[in-house]
Amino acid sequence: MSYNLTYKQFNERSILIEWPKTIDEDILNDVLQFKAKIKASEMFEITVIKHAYQSVLIQFKNNIADVERLITTLKSIYQSEKEIISFQNKIWKIPVCYDPFFGIDLAHVANEKGLSSETVIEKHSQVTYKVYFIGFLPGFLYLGGLDEALETPRKATPRLQIEKGSVAIGGNQTGIYPSNSPGGWNIIGQTPINFFNANKSEPCFARAGDGIKFIPVSKKEFLDIKTLVKHDVYIIESEVIND
Amino acid sequence: MIKVINRGLFTTVQDFGRENYQEFGVPFSGVMDRKAATFANAILGNKPNAAVLEMTMLGAKLLFTKPTLMAISGANMSPRLNNKAITINKAVAVNSGDILSFGKLQKGFRCYLAVLGGIKSNKVLGSQSMYSGITKTYVLENNDELEFDDLNTSFKPAFASIKFNDAYLENPNINVFKGPEFNLLTKEQQRQLLSQEFSISKDNNRMAYQLNEVLPNNLKPIITSLVLPGTVQLTPAGKLIILMRDCQTTGGYPRVLQLSEASISVLSQKFTQQKITFNLKY
Repeated sequence: MSYNLTYKQFNERSILIEWPKTIDEDILNDVLQFKAKIKASEMFEITVIKHAYQSVLIQFKNNIADVERLITTLKSIYQSEKEIISFQNKIWKIPVCYDPFFGIDLAHVANEKGLSSETVIEKHSQVTYKVYFIGFLPGFLYLGGLDEALETPRKATPRLQIEKGSVAIGGNQTGIYPSNSPGGWNIIGQTPINFFNANKSEPCFARAGDGIKFIPVSKKEFLDIKTLVKHDVYIIESEVIND
Repeated sequence: MIKVINRGLFTTVQDFGRENYQEFGVPFSGVMDRKAATFANAILGNKPNAAVLEMTMLGAKLLFTKPTLMAISGANMSPRLNNKAITINKAVAVNSGDILSFGKLQKGFRCYLAVLGGIKSNKVLGSQSMYSGITKTYVLENNDELEFDDLNTSFKPAFASIKFNDAYLENPNINVFKGPEFNLLTKEQQRQLLSQEFSISKDNNRMAYQLNEVLPNNLKPIITSLVLPGTVQLTPAGKLIILMRDCQTTGGYPRVLQLSEASISVLSQKFTQQKITFNLKY
Protein backbone atom coordinates (compact mmCIF):
# COMPACT_ATOMS: atom_id res chain seq x y z
CA MET A 1 0.00 0.00 0.00
CA SER A 2 1.33 3.36 -0.99
CA TYR A 3 0.14 6.61 0.59
CA ASN A 4 0.12 10.13 -0.71
CA LEU A 5 2.90 11.70 1.36
CA THR A 6 3.78 15.36 1.82
CA TYR A 7 7.36 16.57 2.21
CA LYS A 8 8.18 19.84 3.99
CA GLN A 9 11.50 21.44 4.80
CA PHE A 10 11.56 21.85 8.62
CA ASN A 11 14.76 23.86 9.08
CA GLU A 12 18.18 24.25 7.43
CA ARG A 13 18.97 20.56 7.61
CA SER A 14 15.71 18.80 8.43
CA ILE A 15 12.76 17.52 6.49
CA LEU A 16 9.31 16.38 7.65
CA ILE A 17 7.41 13.65 5.84
CA GLU A 18 3.70 13.32 6.61
CA TRP A 19 1.08 10.61 6.02
CA PRO A 20 -2.71 11.16 6.06
CA LYS A 21 -3.85 12.57 9.39
CA THR A 22 -5.17 9.41 11.05
CA ILE A 23 -3.97 6.99 13.69
CA ASP A 24 -3.83 3.62 12.01
CA GLU A 25 -1.71 0.48 12.23
CA ASP A 26 -1.26 0.26 8.46
CA ILE A 27 0.12 3.80 8.46
CA LEU A 28 2.46 2.91 11.34
CA ASN A 29 3.76 -0.07 9.36
CA ASP A 30 4.31 2.10 6.30
CA VAL A 31 6.08 4.75 8.44
CA LEU A 32 8.39 2.09 9.89
CA GLN A 33 9.06 0.58 6.46
CA PHE A 34 9.96 3.93 4.92
CA LYS A 35 12.13 4.84 7.88
CA ALA A 36 14.01 1.54 7.59
CA LYS A 37 14.45 2.03 3.84
CA ILE A 38 15.87 5.53 4.36
CA LYS A 39 18.34 4.20 6.95
CA ALA A 40 19.29 1.27 4.72
CA SER A 41 19.77 3.44 1.61
CA GLU A 42 22.93 5.01 3.06
CA MET A 43 22.44 7.85 0.63
CA PHE A 44 22.64 10.59 3.23
CA GLU A 45 24.50 11.49 6.37
CA ILE A 46 21.68 11.47 8.91
CA THR A 47 22.08 12.63 12.51
CA VAL A 48 18.48 12.16 13.69
CA ILE A 49 15.59 10.17 12.26
CA LYS A 50 12.44 9.87 14.35
CA HIS A 51 8.76 9.17 13.80
CA ALA A 52 5.35 9.71 15.38
CA TYR A 53 1.87 8.40 14.41
CA GLN A 54 1.93 9.64 10.84
CA SER A 55 5.19 11.50 10.34
CA VAL A 56 8.94 11.06 10.01
CA LEU A 57 11.48 13.79 10.71
CA ILE A 58 15.01 13.51 9.30
CA GLN A 59 17.83 15.80 10.41
CA PHE A 60 20.87 15.64 8.15
CA LYS A 61 24.45 16.32 9.14
CA ASN A 62 24.72 19.12 6.61
CA ASN A 63 22.37 21.86 5.45
CA ILE A 64 20.03 20.93 2.62
CA ALA A 65 21.43 22.41 -0.60
CA ASP A 66 18.68 21.48 -3.03
CA VAL A 67 15.40 20.58 -1.34
CA GLU A 68 13.60 19.60 -4.58
CA ARG A 69 16.31 17.12 -5.46
CA LEU A 70 16.28 15.70 -1.94
CA ILE A 71 12.50 15.19 -2.08
CA THR A 72 12.80 13.46 -5.45
CA THR A 73 15.40 11.11 -3.99
CA LEU A 74 13.23 10.38 -0.94
CA LYS A 75 10.21 9.71 -3.18
CA SER A 76 12.18 7.19 -5.19
CA ILE A 77 13.26 5.44 -1.99
CA TYR A 78 9.61 5.33 -0.86
CA GLN A 79 8.53 3.79 -4.18
CA SER A 80 11.35 1.24 -4.29
CA GLU A 81 9.80 -2.12 -3.52
CA LYS A 82 12.69 -4.50 -3.86
CA GLU A 83 13.39 -5.05 -0.21
CA ILE A 84 10.51 -5.09 2.25
CA ILE A 85 12.30 -4.98 5.54
CA SER A 86 11.02 -7.43 8.15
CA PHE A 87 11.14 -6.51 11.80
CA GLN A 88 11.51 -8.84 14.75
CA ASN A 89 8.64 -7.45 16.76
CA LYS A 90 7.74 -8.80 20.16
CA ILE A 91 4.76 -8.84 22.46
CA TRP A 92 5.87 -7.88 25.98
CA LYS A 93 3.93 -9.21 28.95
CA ILE A 94 3.84 -6.46 31.53
CA PRO A 95 2.71 -7.35 35.06
CA VAL A 96 0.29 -4.77 36.48
CA CYS A 97 -1.21 -4.66 39.94
CA TYR A 98 -4.72 -3.18 39.65
CA ASP A 99 -5.20 -3.15 43.44
CA PRO A 100 -6.91 0.11 44.52
CA PHE A 101 -3.79 0.78 46.60
CA PHE A 102 -2.08 1.62 43.27
CA GLY A 103 -5.12 2.12 41.03
CA ILE A 104 -6.33 5.20 42.83
CA ASP A 105 -8.72 6.16 40.01
CA LEU A 106 -9.95 2.65 39.20
CA ALA A 107 -13.23 3.15 41.08
CA HIS A 108 -13.70 6.53 39.36
CA VAL A 109 -13.17 5.04 35.90
CA ALA A 110 -15.53 2.14 36.69
CA ASN A 111 -18.16 4.55 38.00
CA GLU A 112 -17.79 6.88 35.03
CA LYS A 113 -18.22 4.02 32.56
CA GLY A 114 -20.95 2.18 34.49
CA LEU A 115 -18.77 -0.90 34.78
CA SER A 116 -17.48 -2.94 37.71
CA SER A 117 -13.79 -2.57 38.61
CA GLU A 118 -13.32 -6.21 37.59
CA THR A 119 -14.70 -5.50 34.11
CA VAL A 120 -12.41 -2.47 33.72
CA ILE A 121 -9.42 -4.66 34.61
CA GLU A 122 -10.58 -7.41 32.28
CA LYS A 123 -11.13 -5.05 29.34
CA HIS A 124 -7.81 -3.28 29.97
CA SER A 125 -5.77 -6.49 30.20
CA GLN A 126 -7.26 -8.54 27.37
CA VAL A 127 -6.04 -6.28 24.54
CA THR A 128 -2.58 -6.39 22.97
CA TYR A 129 -1.66 -2.74 22.57
CA LYS A 130 0.49 -1.53 19.70
CA VAL A 131 3.55 0.64 20.42
CA TYR A 132 3.38 3.54 17.93
CA PHE A 133 6.39 5.52 19.13
CA ILE A 134 8.15 6.84 22.24
CA GLY A 135 7.82 10.49 23.22
CA PHE A 136 6.59 13.00 25.84
CA LEU A 137 8.96 11.60 28.50
CA PRO A 138 12.02 9.35 28.11
CA GLY A 139 10.51 5.85 27.77
CA PHE A 140 6.84 6.90 27.44
CA LEU A 141 5.14 4.58 24.95
CA TYR A 142 2.31 5.88 22.80
CA LEU A 143 -0.01 2.86 22.73
CA GLY A 144 -2.94 2.18 20.41
CA GLY A 145 -5.84 -0.18 21.02
CA LEU A 146 -7.68 0.99 24.14
CA ASP A 147 -11.22 -0.47 24.30
CA GLU A 148 -13.68 2.36 23.58
CA ALA A 149 -15.68 1.30 26.63
CA LEU A 150 -12.76 2.50 28.81
CA GLU A 151 -12.23 5.94 27.28
CA THR A 152 -12.23 8.40 30.19
CA PRO A 153 -11.49 12.13 30.01
CA ARG A 154 -8.29 13.42 31.61
CA LYS A 155 -8.70 14.92 35.08
CA ALA A 156 -9.61 18.61 35.12
CA THR A 157 -6.70 19.34 37.46
CA PRO A 158 -3.53 17.33 36.81
CA ARG A 159 -1.76 15.74 39.77
CA LEU A 160 1.60 17.29 40.61
CA GLN A 161 3.23 13.91 41.04
CA ILE A 162 2.30 10.60 39.52
CA GLU A 163 4.36 7.66 40.67
CA LYS A 164 6.73 5.94 38.25
CA GLY A 165 5.16 2.79 36.80
CA SER A 166 1.60 4.09 37.07
CA VAL A 167 -0.70 2.64 34.40
CA ALA A 168 -3.30 5.17 33.34
CA ILE A 169 -6.08 6.11 30.95
CA GLY A 170 -6.33 9.59 29.38
CA GLY A 171 -9.08 10.11 26.82
CA ASN A 172 -8.74 7.37 24.19
CA GLN A 173 -5.18 6.51 25.21
CA THR A 174 -3.60 4.29 27.82
CA GLY A 175 0.01 4.45 28.96
CA ILE A 176 2.63 3.87 31.61
CA TYR A 177 4.43 6.75 33.37
CA PRO A 178 8.15 5.79 33.00
CA SER A 179 9.24 8.20 35.75
CA ASN A 180 7.68 10.32 38.49
CA SER A 181 6.02 13.23 36.75
CA PRO A 182 3.01 15.52 36.86
CA GLY A 183 0.06 14.21 34.87
CA GLY A 184 -3.68 14.34 34.32
CA TRP A 185 -4.52 10.75 33.40
CA ASN A 186 -6.68 8.38 35.47
CA ILE A 187 -4.46 5.90 37.31
CA ILE A 188 -5.82 2.36 37.33
CA GLY A 189 -2.77 0.35 38.41
CA GLN A 190 1.01 0.15 38.62
CA THR A 191 3.72 -1.96 37.05
CA PRO A 192 7.03 -2.80 38.76
CA ILE A 193 8.78 -2.84 35.34
CA ASN A 194 11.26 -0.10 34.37
CA PHE A 195 10.42 1.39 30.99
CA PHE A 196 13.53 3.56 30.82
CA ASN A 197 17.08 3.01 32.01
CA ALA A 198 19.55 5.79 31.16
CA ASN A 199 22.49 3.55 32.03
CA LYS A 200 21.79 1.10 29.20
CA SER A 201 22.82 1.77 25.61
CA GLU A 202 19.32 0.55 24.65
CA PRO A 203 17.46 2.53 27.30
CA CYS A 204 14.02 1.09 26.38
CA PHE A 205 13.27 -2.59 25.79
CA ALA A 206 10.11 -1.87 23.77
CA ARG A 207 10.23 -0.55 20.21
CA ALA A 208 7.74 0.91 17.79
CA GLY A 209 5.75 -1.94 16.24
CA ASP A 210 5.96 -4.11 19.37
CA GLY A 211 2.92 -5.23 21.35
CA ILE A 212 2.21 -4.65 25.04
CA LYS A 213 -0.07 -6.93 27.03
CA PHE A 214 -0.89 -6.19 30.66
CA ILE A 215 -0.99 -9.20 33.00
CA PRO A 216 -2.92 -8.60 36.25
CA VAL A 217 -0.89 -9.58 39.32
CA SER A 218 -1.53 -9.46 43.07
CA LYS A 219 0.12 -6.99 45.41
CA LYS A 220 2.38 -9.79 46.67
CA GLU A 221 3.49 -10.71 43.14
CA PHE A 222 4.01 -7.01 42.37
CA LEU A 223 6.39 -6.65 45.32
CA ASP A 224 8.27 -9.85 44.44
CA ILE A 225 8.77 -8.70 40.84
CA LYS A 226 9.79 -5.24 42.04
CA THR A 227 12.59 -6.81 44.11
CA LEU A 228 13.83 -8.77 41.09
CA VAL A 229 13.66 -5.65 38.90
CA LYS A 230 15.59 -3.69 41.50
CA HIS A 231 18.42 -6.21 41.28
CA ASP A 232 18.20 -6.25 37.49
CA VAL A 233 17.41 -9.99 37.36
CA TYR A 234 13.77 -9.88 36.24
CA ILE A 235 13.27 -11.10 32.68
CA ILE A 236 10.18 -9.70 31.02
CA GLU A 237 8.19 -12.44 29.34
CA SER A 238 7.85 -11.88 25.61
CA GLU A 239 6.95 -13.66 22.40
CA VAL A 240 7.96 -12.92 18.83
CA ILE A 241 5.14 -11.73 16.59
CA ASN A 242 4.84 -13.81 13.44
CA ASP A 243 3.57 -11.82 10.50
CA MET B 1 39.35 20.57 39.90
CA ILE B 2 36.75 23.34 40.14
CA LYS B 3 34.88 23.57 43.42
CA VAL B 4 31.49 25.29 43.40
CA ILE B 5 31.48 27.83 46.24
CA ASN B 6 28.23 29.43 45.13
CA ARG B 7 26.19 27.82 42.40
CA GLY B 8 24.69 31.04 40.99
CA LEU B 9 21.13 31.06 39.66
CA PHE B 10 21.19 28.06 37.34
CA THR B 11 24.54 26.53 36.41
CA THR B 12 24.87 23.28 34.47
CA VAL B 13 27.48 21.23 32.64
CA GLN B 14 26.62 21.13 28.93
CA ASP B 15 28.13 19.85 25.71
CA PHE B 16 26.24 19.51 22.41
CA GLY B 17 23.78 17.06 23.98
CA ARG B 18 22.22 13.78 22.86
CA GLU B 19 21.23 13.31 19.23
CA ASN B 20 20.99 9.54 19.18
CA TYR B 21 18.23 8.96 21.72
CA GLN B 22 15.35 11.03 20.32
CA GLU B 23 13.59 7.79 19.43
CA PHE B 24 13.51 6.84 23.11
CA GLY B 25 11.92 10.16 24.07
CA VAL B 26 15.19 11.63 25.38
CA PRO B 27 15.56 15.42 24.86
CA PHE B 28 18.54 16.82 22.97
CA SER B 29 19.73 19.09 25.81
CA GLY B 30 23.14 20.72 25.20
CA VAL B 31 24.34 24.33 25.37
CA MET B 32 21.55 26.84 24.69
CA ASP B 33 23.90 29.19 22.81
CA ARG B 34 26.09 27.09 20.52
CA LYS B 35 27.81 30.13 19.07
CA ALA B 36 29.17 31.30 22.42
CA ALA B 37 30.11 27.84 23.72
CA THR B 38 31.87 27.02 20.44
CA PHE B 39 33.80 30.28 20.66
CA ALA B 40 34.88 29.76 24.28
CA ASN B 41 36.16 26.31 23.29
CA ALA B 42 37.85 27.60 20.12
CA ILE B 43 39.89 30.13 22.10
CA LEU B 44 41.43 27.22 23.99
CA GLY B 45 41.79 24.96 20.97
CA ASN B 46 39.13 22.60 22.42
CA LYS B 47 36.71 20.66 20.27
CA PRO B 48 33.57 22.77 19.64
CA ASN B 49 31.45 20.36 21.68
CA ALA B 50 33.78 20.06 24.69
CA ALA B 51 31.79 20.32 27.94
CA VAL B 52 31.48 23.84 29.40
CA LEU B 53 29.64 25.43 32.29
CA GLU B 54 26.48 27.28 31.28
CA MET B 55 25.49 30.04 33.71
CA THR B 56 22.18 31.85 33.54
CA MET B 57 21.69 35.50 34.60
CA LEU B 58 23.74 35.24 37.81
CA GLY B 59 27.15 33.62 37.59
CA ALA B 60 28.63 31.10 40.01
CA LYS B 61 31.56 31.53 42.39
CA LEU B 62 34.19 28.92 41.61
CA LEU B 63 37.48 27.86 43.21
CA PHE B 64 40.21 26.34 41.02
CA THR B 65 42.41 23.83 42.84
CA LYS B 66 44.94 23.45 40.03
CA PRO B 67 46.25 25.64 37.19
CA THR B 68 44.62 25.73 33.78
CA LEU B 69 43.56 28.10 31.03
CA MET B 70 39.98 29.23 30.77
CA ALA B 71 37.84 31.30 28.43
CA ILE B 72 34.49 32.95 29.04
CA SER B 73 32.05 33.83 26.27
CA GLY B 74 28.39 34.67 25.67
CA ALA B 75 26.70 37.01 28.15
CA ASN B 76 28.91 39.55 29.89
CA MET B 77 28.42 38.98 33.61
CA SER B 78 31.37 41.11 34.74
CA PRO B 79 33.72 38.21 35.60
CA ARG B 80 36.43 38.73 38.21
CA LEU B 81 39.42 36.56 39.05
CA ASN B 82 40.49 37.01 42.67
CA ASN B 83 38.30 40.10 42.67
CA LYS B 84 40.03 41.73 39.70
CA ALA B 85 38.05 42.30 36.52
CA ILE B 86 39.02 40.03 33.61
CA THR B 87 38.32 40.23 29.89
CA ILE B 88 35.86 37.90 28.23
CA ASN B 89 36.36 36.15 24.88
CA LYS B 90 40.05 35.70 25.65
CA ALA B 91 42.19 32.94 27.16
CA VAL B 92 42.96 33.63 30.84
CA ALA B 93 45.56 31.76 32.90
CA VAL B 94 44.28 30.40 36.22
CA ASN B 95 46.38 29.28 39.17
CA SER B 96 45.70 26.92 42.01
CA GLY B 97 43.62 28.73 44.65
CA ASP B 98 42.18 31.30 42.24
CA ILE B 99 38.56 32.28 42.69
CA LEU B 100 36.38 33.17 39.71
CA SER B 101 33.28 35.20 40.47
CA PHE B 102 30.75 37.22 38.52
CA GLY B 103 29.00 40.53 39.06
CA LYS B 104 26.46 42.58 37.18
CA LEU B 105 24.81 41.15 34.08
CA GLN B 106 25.75 43.68 31.41
CA LYS B 107 24.66 42.07 28.18
CA GLY B 108 22.99 38.78 27.19
CA PHE B 109 21.60 36.14 29.55
CA ARG B 110 23.76 32.99 29.36
CA CYS B 111 27.49 32.85 29.89
CA TYR B 112 29.87 29.99 29.08
CA LEU B 113 33.03 28.98 30.90
CA ALA B 114 35.41 26.67 29.05
CA VAL B 115 38.58 25.17 30.51
CA LEU B 116 41.48 23.66 28.63
CA GLY B 117 40.45 20.19 27.41
CA GLY B 118 36.86 20.64 28.62
CA ILE B 119 35.07 19.81 31.87
CA LYS B 120 35.33 16.11 32.66
CA SER B 121 32.18 14.48 34.04
CA ASN B 122 30.26 11.25 33.51
CA LYS B 123 28.74 10.70 30.10
CA VAL B 124 25.21 9.37 30.15
CA LEU B 125 23.76 8.26 26.79
CA GLY B 126 26.73 9.78 25.02
CA SER B 127 26.66 13.23 26.59
CA GLN B 128 27.67 15.13 29.73
CA SER B 129 24.69 17.50 29.47
CA MET B 130 22.74 17.59 32.72
CA TYR B 131 19.06 16.72 32.51
CA SER B 132 16.60 15.58 35.17
CA GLY B 133 16.08 11.81 35.08
CA ILE B 134 19.06 11.24 32.78
CA THR B 135 22.06 12.50 34.75
CA LYS B 136 22.27 12.04 38.52
CA THR B 137 21.61 15.73 39.14
CA TYR B 138 20.24 18.38 36.78
CA VAL B 139 21.83 21.54 38.18
CA LEU B 140 25.10 22.25 40.02
CA GLU B 141 24.90 22.73 43.78
CA ASN B 142 27.28 24.36 46.24
CA ASN B 143 30.29 22.15 47.02
CA ASP B 144 30.00 20.17 43.78
CA GLU B 145 33.39 19.34 42.28
CA LEU B 146 34.27 19.26 38.59
CA GLU B 147 37.35 17.65 37.12
CA PHE B 148 39.49 18.83 34.20
CA ASP B 149 42.82 17.79 32.66
CA ASP B 150 46.20 18.81 34.04
CA LEU B 151 47.69 21.82 32.30
CA ASN B 152 49.78 20.99 29.30
CA THR B 153 52.54 23.57 29.59
CA SER B 154 53.33 23.49 25.89
CA PHE B 155 49.90 24.99 25.10
CA LYS B 156 49.84 28.04 22.86
CA PRO B 157 46.47 29.66 22.25
CA ALA B 158 46.06 28.96 18.54
CA PHE B 159 43.26 31.43 18.03
CA ALA B 160 44.53 34.24 20.20
CA SER B 161 43.55 36.85 17.68
CA ILE B 162 40.01 35.74 16.73
CA LYS B 163 37.31 38.27 17.51
CA PHE B 164 33.90 37.55 18.94
CA ASN B 165 31.06 39.53 17.40
CA ASP B 166 28.61 39.88 20.27
CA ALA B 167 26.02 42.01 18.41
CA TYR B 168 23.67 39.00 18.30
CA LEU B 169 23.24 39.16 22.08
CA GLU B 170 20.96 42.16 21.65
CA ASN B 171 19.65 41.44 18.17
CA PRO B 172 15.82 41.28 18.32
CA ASN B 173 15.46 39.60 14.91
CA ILE B 174 14.70 35.90 15.06
CA ASN B 175 15.01 34.21 11.68
CA VAL B 176 12.40 31.58 10.98
CA PHE B 177 11.10 29.00 8.53
CA LYS B 178 7.37 28.42 8.05
CA GLY B 179 6.26 25.68 10.43
CA PRO B 180 4.34 22.64 9.12
CA GLU B 181 1.01 24.20 10.22
CA PHE B 182 1.83 27.81 9.21
CA ASN B 183 -0.47 27.64 6.19
CA LEU B 184 -3.46 26.79 8.39
CA LEU B 185 -3.31 30.32 9.81
CA THR B 186 -5.37 33.03 8.09
CA LYS B 187 -3.48 35.60 6.03
CA GLU B 188 -4.15 38.14 8.79
CA GLN B 189 -2.78 35.81 11.49
CA GLN B 190 0.30 35.12 9.35
CA ARG B 191 0.82 38.83 8.88
CA GLN B 192 0.45 39.49 12.61
CA LEU B 193 2.86 36.69 13.52
CA LEU B 194 5.53 38.01 11.16
CA SER B 195 5.19 41.72 11.82
CA GLN B 196 4.20 42.16 15.45
CA GLU B 197 6.74 42.75 18.18
CA PHE B 198 6.60 40.02 20.85
CA SER B 199 8.00 40.09 24.36
CA ILE B 200 9.51 37.22 26.35
CA SER B 201 7.28 35.93 29.17
CA LYS B 202 8.65 35.18 32.64
CA ASP B 203 8.11 31.53 31.70
CA ASN B 204 11.42 31.09 29.92
CA ASN B 205 13.90 28.32 30.61
CA ARG B 206 15.98 25.63 28.93
CA MET B 207 12.83 23.77 27.90
CA ALA B 208 10.87 26.60 26.30
CA TYR B 209 10.41 30.35 25.97
CA GLN B 210 6.81 31.55 26.15
CA LEU B 211 5.75 34.90 24.72
CA ASN B 212 3.42 37.40 26.43
CA GLU B 213 1.33 38.48 23.43
CA VAL B 214 -1.33 36.06 22.21
CA LEU B 215 -2.35 35.16 18.68
CA PRO B 216 -6.10 34.34 18.74
CA ASN B 217 -6.76 31.35 16.49
CA ASN B 218 -9.08 28.46 15.74
CA LEU B 219 -6.42 25.87 14.95
CA LYS B 220 -7.23 22.39 16.23
CA PRO B 221 -4.64 20.36 18.11
CA ILE B 222 -2.70 18.10 15.75
CA ILE B 223 -2.16 14.35 16.06
CA THR B 224 0.93 14.14 18.28
CA SER B 225 3.83 14.83 15.93
CA LEU B 226 7.52 15.72 15.87
CA VAL B 227 9.26 18.84 17.13
CA LEU B 228 12.83 20.13 17.38
CA PRO B 229 14.46 22.84 19.45
CA GLY B 230 13.31 26.07 17.80
CA THR B 231 9.79 24.83 17.00
CA VAL B 232 7.20 27.58 17.71
CA GLN B 233 3.94 26.05 18.96
CA LEU B 234 0.59 27.85 19.08
CA THR B 235 -1.90 26.80 21.77
CA PRO B 236 -5.71 27.06 21.40
CA ALA B 237 -5.56 29.98 23.89
CA GLY B 238 -3.20 31.78 21.48
CA LYS B 239 -0.03 31.35 23.50
CA LEU B 240 3.19 31.07 21.51
CA ILE B 241 5.71 28.61 22.94
CA ILE B 242 9.21 28.45 21.47
CA LEU B 243 10.78 25.08 22.27
CA MET B 244 14.41 25.17 23.38
CA ARG B 245 17.19 22.57 23.85
CA ASP B 246 15.58 20.57 26.70
CA CYS B 247 12.23 20.25 24.91
CA GLN B 248 10.23 17.04 24.56
CA THR B 249 10.73 14.99 21.41
CA THR B 250 7.06 15.16 20.31
CA GLY B 251 4.19 17.62 20.68
CA GLY B 252 0.52 18.07 19.90
CA TYR B 253 0.18 21.83 19.35
CA PRO B 254 0.24 23.28 15.82
CA ARG B 255 3.80 24.23 14.77
CA VAL B 256 3.55 27.64 13.16
CA LEU B 257 7.23 28.57 12.82
CA GLN B 258 10.67 27.00 13.11
CA LEU B 259 13.70 29.04 14.23
CA SER B 260 16.88 28.86 12.21
CA GLU B 261 19.63 27.12 14.15
CA ALA B 262 21.58 30.37 14.62
CA SER B 263 18.46 32.09 15.97
CA ILE B 264 18.16 29.55 18.80
CA SER B 265 21.48 30.94 20.07
CA VAL B 266 20.16 34.50 19.63
CA LEU B 267 16.95 33.75 21.56
CA SER B 268 18.78 31.96 24.37
CA GLN B 269 20.50 35.28 25.19
CA LYS B 270 17.12 37.00 25.72
CA PHE B 271 15.27 37.33 29.02
CA THR B 272 11.92 38.33 30.49
CA GLN B 273 10.24 41.35 28.84
CA GLN B 274 12.84 41.68 26.08
CA LYS B 275 11.40 42.17 22.60
CA ILE B 276 11.75 39.99 19.54
CA THR B 277 10.28 39.89 16.03
CA PHE B 278 10.06 36.91 13.70
CA ASN B 279 11.74 37.39 10.38
CA LEU B 280 10.70 34.94 7.62
CA LYS B 281 14.01 34.26 5.92
CA TYR B 282 13.38 31.04 4.11
